[in-house]
Amino acid sequence: MKTLKIEELSKNFGTTEVLRKINLEIDEGNFLVLLGPSGCGKSTLLNIIAGLETINEGNVFIDDYNVSKVEPKDRNIAMVFQSYALYPSMNVRENMIFGLKQAKTSKEKIEEQLEKVSKFLQVDQLLERKPSQLSGGQRQRVAIGRALVREPRIFLFDEPLSNLDAKLRVEMRREIKKLHQQLKTTVVYVTHDQTEAMSLGTNIAIMNHGVIQQNDTPEKIYNKPSNTFVADFIGSPSMNLIKGNLKENSGDLFFTVSDSNLEIPIKDYDFNDKSNLNDKEVFFGIRPEHIFFKKFNEGDFEINLRADLSEYIGHEQIITFDYANQEVLAKFPSTIKIDLGKETKLYFDLTQASLFDAQTEERI
Amino acid sequence: MQDSLQSTYKQLEQKSKYTNIFLRWFLYLILILFASYFIFPLYVMIVTSLKTMEEIRQGTLLTWPSTLNFDSWAVAWGGRGYGAGDTYLKPYFWNSIKMVVPAVFFSTFIGAMAGYVLTKWRFKGDKWVFLFLLFGCFIPYQAILLPMARTLGVLGISNSVIGLVLVHTVYGIPFTTLFFRNFYVSIPTELVKAARIDGAGFFKIFFKILLPISAPIIVVTVIWQFTQIWNDFLFGSTFSFGEAAPIQVALNNMVLSSTSVKEYNVDMASAIIAGIPTLIVYVLAGKYFIRGLTSGAVKG
Repeated sequence: MKTLKIEELSKNFGTTEVLRKINLEIDEGNFLVLLGPSGCGKSTLLNIIAGLETINEGNVFIDDYNVSKVEPKDRNIAMVFQSYALYPSMNVRENMIFGLKQAKTSKEKIEEQLEKVSKFLQVDQLLERKPSQLSGGQRQRVAIGRALVREPRIFLFDEPLSNLDAKLRVEMRREIKKLHQQLKTTVVYVTHDQTEAMSLGTNIAIMNHGVIQQNDTPEKIYNKPSNTFVADFIGSPSMNLIKGNLKENSGDLFFTVSDSNLEIPIKDYDFNDKSNLNDKEVFFGIRPEHIFFKKFNEGDFEINLRADLSEYIGHEQIITFDYANQEVLAKFPSTIKIDLGKETKLYFDLTQASLFDAQTEERI
Repeated sequence: MQDSLQSTYKQLEQKSKYTNIFLRWFLYLILILFASYFIFPLYVMIVTSLKTMEEIRQGTLLTWPSTLNFDSWAVAWGGRGYGAGDTYLKPYFWNSIKMVVPAVFFSTFIGAMAGYVLTKWRFKGDKWVFLFLLFGCFIPYQAILLPMARTLGVLGISNSVIGLVLVHTVYGIPFTTLFFRNFYVSIPTELVKAARIDGAGFFKIFFKILLPISAPIIVVTVIWQFTQIWNDFLFGSTFSFGEAAPIQVALNNMVLSSTSVKEYNVDMASAIIAGIPTLIVYVLAGKYFIRGLTSGAVKG
């Protein structure tokens, strides 16, 4: 049984296609993050799961039951919003029990739930306060509490941290992680922040233009991006994508760039499809953190590149190198001294490299 | 070098100090001037209403009355006590109250509902509905007189307070809807979504979530509608006559239908009585009025 299953889901607003043939499944207790740039349809998808938005095609199942035409309140879900959406005229207590009261829960049960949750989230001292008298973090906690008291099957989070300042955001992120570890409920979480997605999710679905680009574990997403969009979207700075060709030379495969004698050997690369590799136009992808200033692994590939630009950001520095007139960024500890305008000896960790078809932009 | 620089700064400081003092006094002068200009007519009205007719005939418009005489106020409110032809405000004042209170209530309530639907329960063509409602704000009073008279006739409520309530409610809806729509647009729709997930329905969300935070815009709408309806003369004089007339129509009749002499003191007292309710509403709710008008502009 899947806790949440989405089947061939499509949605358009008038002539604008927002979601196209979405398929998604979550097992009990998993934390799924919907990640993507703004306007990619992730919030619409969440609203559809909540029942706040209608569906044009396809179905949504919760516990194998088709809820496509079920009202939001009867879907056994709870949602935490970006603006918290606490009812301004009610105090914290009334805010948290509003849903239970609507569901005609018994008074004893309501009190029991309220006490349990407010203690758990440490808002039991704030029950008589109005939302306007709370700090950002407290509001956030009350909003989560309002979702918790209902004991839903699925928690929906709509960018819950983006209204907080940077420091508080990191704290609340850890609290949400702890919460999930303790309660082990199923979560669908929408964000545009890759750090949030990476640190929270057991699964990440990366979306763009209403299509899921890759749905995988954070490790897979980071190490084996399925197309150039995912490769570019994840990581900061994002993956270097060098345009060039594959060349076969007496049984060995090389990556070359025209008008340059730089060659990178492709060995032990796990190809999806081994056919027609010779002369194929490709992007060679390598992350800035997989380029080293000295040899760490036996297989590291040595190459000389000219350093053009240095950006100091405290604990590390980002250096821009020239690779046959294409920019390649590398991340080093800030203690390393790199001379600008000079050839520098670098080591590429080729086990971490990715290759993409330049036409389809898919991983090969 | 250092010293000369210091003394230059000192001179500049002195100069800007004098300029500031001068500008401040100039500002006060202008403000006092305008304030007196605006208060002047009210002063004349009050003073005249407290004078006897002999004193008024002496032509001393601006002087303070020799003795404070409230007779004209009593006459304006309760009449002279003789039978036919004695027009006074008391019954018409109550007519106006009976007209204003339900008309303000219904137009505000319907406007709030409409604003709620237009912002939080969007439907296909809602923009057009709002556009046509807006259009209603620009229809001149005179244009709807004939169709409205016909409608009231068909409904059998012409020349009645109920008829006037209907006219003012209908005519007020475009304005009240505009006010509430613009207010609710600034309220996050996530509130409504949260309430829907919590299991609240259409009316519950309106009454429990949105209405309790609508105080500023309710005040604005009530003041606006109260002033409009209380001060209306055209609808009142067209759709009612005789005993069903509102206070502004009665005031007109009193002032224009005097048989022999113009009693300026009674006229002034009547005019002030007719204006007092709006004044009270402004004094009581004025500060919320400004706050409410600007609340949509600045978020949070």
